[in-house]
Amino acid sequence: MTPERAPRTLLLPACLAGALALLPLAYLAVRALERGLGYAWGIVTTEHTVLLLGRSLGLATVVVSACLLLGISLAWLTARTTLPGAAVWSVLATLPLAIPSYVAAFAWQSAIPGLAGFVGSAVALTLVSFPYVYLPVAATLRGIDPAHEEVSRSLGIGPVRTFLRVTLLQVRPAAAGGGLLVVLYVLSDFGAVSLMRYDTFTRGIYTSYQASFDRTPAAALSVVLVLMTVTLVALEVRTRGRAGHFRVGGGAARRVASHSLGRAAVPALAWCGAVTAAAVVFPLGALGYWLAAGNSATWDPARLAHTAGVTLGVAAAGAALTTVLALPVGAVAARYRGRTAHLLEQAAYAGHALPGITVALSLVFFAARYAYPLYQELPLLVGAYAVLFLPVAVAAIRAAILQAPPVLESVARSLGRRPLRVLREVTVPLAAPGVAAGAALTFVVCMKELPATLLLRPTGMDTLATRLWTETGVGAFAAAAPYAAALIVLAAVPSYLLGRHRT
Amino acid sequence: MRHLLAPYVSALAAAVMLLPTATACGFFADEAGLVIYSGRNEALVKPLLDRLEKSLGTSVEVRYGDSAELAAQLLEEGDKTAADLFLSQDAGALGALSKQGRLQRLRQPTLDKVAPQYRSRANDWIGVSGRVRVLAYHPDKVPNVPDSVHDLVKPEWKDKIGYAPTNASFQAFVTAMRVLEGEDATRTWLRGLKANNPKAYGNNINVLDAVDAGQVSIGLINHYYWYEKVAEKGAGNVVAKLRFLPGGDPGALINVAGVGILNGSEHRSTADKAVDFLLSKESQSYFADETKEYPLASGVTSTVPDLPPLDSLKAPKIDLSRLESLQQTLTMLREAGMV
Repeated sequence: MTPERAPRTLLLPACLAGALALLPLAYLAVRALERGLGYAWGIVTTEHTVLLLGRSLGLATVVVSACLLLGISLAWLTARTTLPGAAVWSVLATLPLAIPSYVAAFAWQSAIPGLAGFVGSAVALTLVSFPYVYLPVAATLRGIDPAHEEVSRSLGIGPVRTFLRVTLLQVRPAAAGGGLLVVLYVLSDFGAVSLMRYDTFTRGIYTSYQASFDRTPAAALSVVLVLMTVTLVALEVRTRGRAGHFRVGGGAARRVASHSLGRAAVPALAWCGAVTAAAVVFPLGALGYWLAAGNSATWDPARLAHTAGVTLGVAAAGAALTTVLALPVGAVAARYRGRTAHLLEQAAYAGHALPGITVALSLVFFAARYAYPLYQELPLLVGAYAVLFLPVAVAAIRAAILQAPPVLESVARSLGRRPLRVLREVTVPLAAPGVAAGAALTFVVCMKELPATLLLRPTGMDTLATRLWTETGVGAFAAAAPYAAALIVLAAVPSYLLGRHRT
Repeated sequence: MRHLLAPYVSALAAAVMLLPTATACGFFADEAGLVIYSGRNEALVKPLLDRLEKSLGTSVEVRYGDSAELAAQLLEEGDKTAADLFLSQDAGALGALSKQGRLQRLRQPTLDKVAPQYRSRANDWIGVSGRVRVLAYHPDKVPNVPDSVHDLVKPEWKDKIGYAPTNASFQAFVTAMRVLEGEDATRTWLRGLKANNPKAYGNNINVLDAVDAGQVSIGLINHYYWYEKVAEKGAGNVVAKLRFLPGGDPGALINVAGVGILNGSEHRSTADKAVDFLLSKESQSYFADETKEYPLASGVTSTVPDLPPLDSLKAPKIDLSRLESLQQTLTMLREAGMV
């Protein structure tokens, strides 16, 4: 691709974003080494730590495999075949994004009390996180040039082999990026595994805070998560290979041909129906049951409306800041190779597998010391969302920019445009659907965020997620249900737009 | 394709427009009269803290969270903390803050309101309400109710016990056993219990429900879950019965929810008044009625039906601050294969 180094005007904001994402790591270093390297080493090398690490990796492997299967199959069916009602299915496939993992786990558990442990966690986590794979893969499948497949078929290669050797290869970066997000999501999840009572690495970190009131063991364990993340990101970068994934104009003039499903339409519909039933209908049904179990005493519409407004506001601000910060990082990661680009992307991802509580405490640490006027004020909470969810936006933006032909940027540069202006006038418009998708996705995850919001929100402020936490904390599920329902309905709007958008 | 940027632009615009609204909503609030970090649930303590606000005549801001996480937050904030008061769900979190020197010594008249076993030996936190570990049993299935948790390791209890090993109250009880009877005795007990194949539940409510439904014969819980169930369903509709263990058994531990004043507090006299308010007859009766916990201030007794008086209980004598050594308990529970 473009051999030149990233221009400084692009690198500078990108590095700023990277540095922000690295803040939690600096805190971890301070805390983990508080009592010397030997102490920290002793904690991370216990048999129990190794066991937890194995469990987390095992869970992540199973969940990401299931997500790839679900995500890619649904994406292909909805984007490239004559599946009846494809538009509806594509929206339904994104809706699980709106369902917090703890709500899904709770729904499953109240329906099947025996469901717990590894299987329960894997089911709940798969069903809420497969859209991370579905979305980028579906977007890519809609955007790819069908000429590649046609060439393959014209050379006498069958439809299955064409799918495996041509189509899959084209969606590989999107699937790998989505898969990475799924793995990091599973590693950092606390809600589902704690309800399912499955001890994972992140749950171990929470237990460590709860049990010892001592931040050193938790920090030492968190460092392990960071190292794991960095390794995974490096692996993901290697799967990208050197292939180009863009095309210049042309193809857009023609609709991508849809494969006729024929008699396979029935099993295809059954498959989509089953996934949707498990991932969307079932948790919504459980919520409906609790809503019906409530009464007027558990309803407080004025408070619900106010809380929903506040949630929309902070999530929008969080998504806006995150997207702005992710743009230069995504652009550098997509367009430039070399150590700086790699390091930047690694930095953006490094903290993403950290439990929310660890990221939140790191911001408490820095803000209380160096930015006190901001402490427990709105801007800090919005900043926390950016730190937490930068990779979500970066992944979407990078994938989108990869599909935009770099030659157009080179042309703009050769015509004397400055790099930032090229980013704004050429790259971003070309990658606009992906950028918007990244922003919408970030908006949804900000809405659902709980641990950091609890610690960093302005005193007295409530989001839908914190209200949900409060009500379920006293077992008032009927009172919690309206907040859960509002959260899902509001998060479903951007999810719906994500499912509908066409390149 | 440019119009597709619209959602992104409008999100940004919405954020910018919402910021002033947020300000108007009081997010950037002025200095409050008193700031409380509460590890006790909002649904539970908000009505009481509203009354506190009225009684103090100054604004009270409350930050709700999990006790342990708020303790960690307070430790990170250090001297910079805006918190005046920390209201904790258990003694352990207060013990941790006390150990790090984050709490101020309370006034003697305040301390004198509560018996010494329910407050910090360093006099820097005080119990507000108490909960007792008890055995819940199914009367048809348990003709001879045990006198000690040590009886539960006998073979006759195989497959009949329910417990909540991940629950903080159970773990506090095991910690108490470690402190009272030593590491080896506790390890032996845990192994014996595990050998009886007890059924693990997510929390105390599930354990009580299982006893009530006869799925298990006996369960280890906190006392108030039974009284709440009786208040909700009526005494005639609850099958399970409670056994308050005699003789200072570790299974009769009394743990407390309590309060401490932070070192960084700039409103010491208001904070003192707030602590006194929490120990007033009004607040103590509130906790007794709402949560069925024991009021701890002297002179206030619970009116909950069938609740044995606090001073009739034969709880083990223990320094509650020592319940802070939970890490070793967890290691032991793990070795026993319970968590």
